[in-house]
Amino acid sequence: MKLKHQQAETLSGWLFILPSVVGFSILTILPILFSMVISFTEWNFLKGLSGFRFVGLGNFLKMWSDRWFTDSLKNNVLFTAVTVPFTMVLSLLTAIGLNRGVFFKNPIRLMIFMPYISSIVAISIVWGVLYNPSQGPINGFLHGIGISDPPKWLASSTWALPSIIIMSIWANIGYNMIIYLAGLQNIPKDLYEAAKIDGAGPAACFFNVTLPMLSPTSFFVLITSIIHSFQVFGAVFIMTQGGPGSSTSVLTYYIYQVGFSFYDMGYASAMAWILFLIILSVTLLQWQGQKKWVNY
Amino acid sequence: MEARVQTSKRERIKPKEAMSPRSMQDFVWKLILTVILLAFAISMVLPFLWMISTSLKKPIEVFAYPIQWIPHTFQWDNYKEVWSGPRSFWIYYWNSIKVTGLTVIGTVMVSSAAAYGFSRIRFKGRDTVFMIFLATMMVPDQVTLIPRFILFNYLGIYNTHLSLIIPGIFTAFGTFLMRQFYMTVPNELSEAARMEGANHFRIWLKILVPLSKPTLVSLVILSFTWNWNEFVNPLVFLNKKELFTVPLGLTNFIDEAGTEYSLMMTAAVSSILPVIVLFLACQRWFIEGVVSSGVKG
Repeated sequence: MKLKHQQAETLSGWLFILPSVVGFSILTILPILFSMVISFTEWNFLKGLSGFRFVGLGNFLKMWSDRWFTDSLKNNVLFTAVTVPFTMVLSLLTAIGLNRGVFFKNPIRLMIFMPYISSIVAISIVWGVLYNPSQGPINGFLHGIGISDPPKWLASSTWALPSIIIMSIWANIGYNMIIYLAGLQNIPKDLYEAAKIDGAGPAACFFNVTLPMLSPTSFFVLITSIIHSFQVFGAVFIMTQGGPGSSTSVLTYYIYQVGFSFYDMGYASAMAWILFLIILSVTLLQWQGQKKWVNY
Repeated sequence: MEARVQTSKRERIKPKEAMSPRSMQDFVWKLILTVILLAFAISMVLPFLWMISTSLKKPIEVFAYPIQWIPHTFQWDNYKEVWSGPRSFWIYYWNSIKVTGLTVIGTVMVSSAAAYGFSRIRFKGRDTVFMIFLATMMVPDQVTLIPRFILFNYLGIYNTHLSLIIPGIFTAFGTFLMRQFYMTVPNELSEAARMEGANHFRIWLKILVPLSKPTLVSLVILSFTWNWNEFVNPLVFLNKKELFTVPLGLTNFIDEAGTEYSLMMTAAVSSILPVIVLFLACQRWFIEGVVSSGVKG
């Protein structure tokens, strides 16, 4: 009787998750395994299955002497190293400000969150025009305040990546601010009272109460921001197509090029796995590191 | 870590005090903080304001400096051209509505059923499967994109809307969001129903689903937004223009519009309008969804 009941439970359990499991197996698990296999081959999709040729680690070795790959990787690292800290600090400061109580709290939150919900295609197009080097409003403004030789933004190989970085920070502040706000609201008020009784000023409160209590939130924001920023694609695709030269090419963009413009599926898959390994190792490193700085 | 956005009820209940020097000081601080944050918030929406204003300008006025925030005459014809011209937006809108609508319906059904299985029934293998779900969330899309492209070609759904709808339905996100909520529902509720002989299907449909309405709303809104904005999948899986969804249609429009910047902005405004309207109307659910899915802890 007991056994039968347990069997019935197992059956209904599996029935509930069945659609999800089937879809997931076909659309995610199977492709992951397949991608692993083709990353060890040289295979041009246009040649059909006959063009399939195992090359062992060939793809993984040749990428390090491929300038486009190494440049893209460098750009990814630079992009992440600048975007993530700036986004985190700005979103934390805004969240703290909003949490301390301001007039028009809701409209302000709304305005800052707006870029996050807008399609990356639309905002990249808008920023692309704003950045227009000869006539765009940004350089119009810079001229107006007396800068005679403003950057050429997307048209310059030095400034193209910073341009995309600025836009990405702008687009991501809203999301992280919302997460920080939720974290701030979870800090018990008595902690501040206690700190005040001990004679702590606002600065001491911030460094000894707010920051430590927020560390799990910061940990979450840090990991998701890094993962997210390694996968930047839309902005690059729309605004610069990786250029000028290779100055704004990133891994996702180069993988797309190799896979869907050259149909070199093996090489593209191998690079996609490198991207995954980077994301995985950043996450694992952080899991290790969190013991040192995250208080639960 | 459980996190919910709380509306500041505490502040509202607080009785009005007379202006003591202390509260006077608080008021001044609040005012200063408001000015700083408001200035920041306004600078954040400037690109949107510029987009809207430019969408109503003549081409010649686009780059006039100082910026003319309110156009001399509103060029509503820009909208007429985007919506009715040879590159009409209607077709993209219709495609997006179809793809997004079917995807959202599918996601809601599949994920709330799976969430029930993962949270309310104990059975062998459950936690292993759930861990696999969790682990695959870290795998970037680029890994699965190429095999999916090959698979869809093989199945004959490449260049159809199914190639967007099917992968859109099966995302781990929806399952997580719903599971988060189901875990908070006390067991006594379903136990009582069990005693009266209800099976799991009935408990799910009659008790859990109605209870989870707010979370369902969040899921619907978030997945609508993401699917409406989705760019990479349509880019890879569609190449017939008559199948394009709004973001892809927008890039196509831009390619053809060349340097007609005001028309570009008209198209951009048209593309994000539904999402902005939805967000303004349902921001509470939107933000609650973002928070409860984000702060998993």
